[in-house]
Amino acid sequence: MMAQAEVSLWLAVPVALLLLAGSALALVGSIGLLRLHSFYDRIHAPTLATSLGIGCVLVASMLFFSVTQARPVLHELLIAAFMVVTTPVTLMLLARAALYRDQQEGNPEVPPLPPLPAREERPEG
Amino acid sequence: MRRLLPFPVFAVSLAALWLLLVGSVKPGSLLLAAGFGLAGGWMLVSLTPPDGRLRRLAGIPRLLGLVLVEVLRSNADVARIILRRGGWQPRRSGFVRVRLQMRSPYGLAALACILTTTPGTVWVEYDSVENTMLLHVLDLIDEEAWVGIIKDRWEARLMEIFE
Repeated sequence: MMAQAEVSLWLAVPVALLLLAGSALALVGSIGLLRLHSFYDRIHAPTLATSLGIGCVLVASMLFFSVTQARPVLHELLIAAFMVVTTPVTLMLLARAALYRDQQEGNPEVPPLPPLPAREERPEG
Repeated sequence: MRRLLPFPVFAVSLAALWLLLVGSVKPGSLLLAAGFGLAGGWMLVSLTPPDGRLRRLAGIPRLLGLVLVEVLRSNADVARIILRRGGWQPRRSGFVRVRLQMRSPYGLAALACILTTTPGTVWVEYDSVENTMLLHVLDLIDEEAWVGIIKDRWEARLMEIFE
């Protein structure tokens, strides 16, 4: 751990590139949050950071600590797994809340509530 | 065997999680991991999770590879959309309702994770009566094409694994 100041270039370059790529994706995601126009568009932007963005940072971390500690450091895989499993919960919660409100207000941009199946099958008249 | 290990896949995953967390395969860690796996399985019984089993494990690595490729590709796509100069080239985003065949709750959860992890698509809603899902797509060119992508690329493969 103390030898971190003298890591070889062969390790430093890929780790730095991965970190830069990851943080660039997070930045682009935040810019998207600003630039995109509707709520449903904006909800896509942060997924850049939660998918490939965090992925790059985690691979950089695994690479760096595996080499400097001379043993496989893999617990970053858990972070990735938990990110993948938990992000949909938040996004779905936000999207459904927005959708529900838009449907209640009769906003024409969102699909209406689906018809109840009983209503479909009932013969007319 | 069923009493001792009611959810084998879950128990093994929990044990693997512990081993990854402590980052060693010393006998002590292995013992503790086995203990957590067993105890976790017993505790899960009281939560009565829905039935479901992994039918074909062989399909999982290919699916993960495919997800990885899709994540890379769609990250580039969404980044391009966000950074596009001037912002307003014609682009339409919108909702697509997809009728699914898959009923397994684990398969559906996996599908939700996949669609949310690939930027550009968000799983919005699921209707268990009609078995349809509502998807929001950032760059919606052809709705039929998206239905095809969901069904052929993901649902078919997930059904192979989960149903």
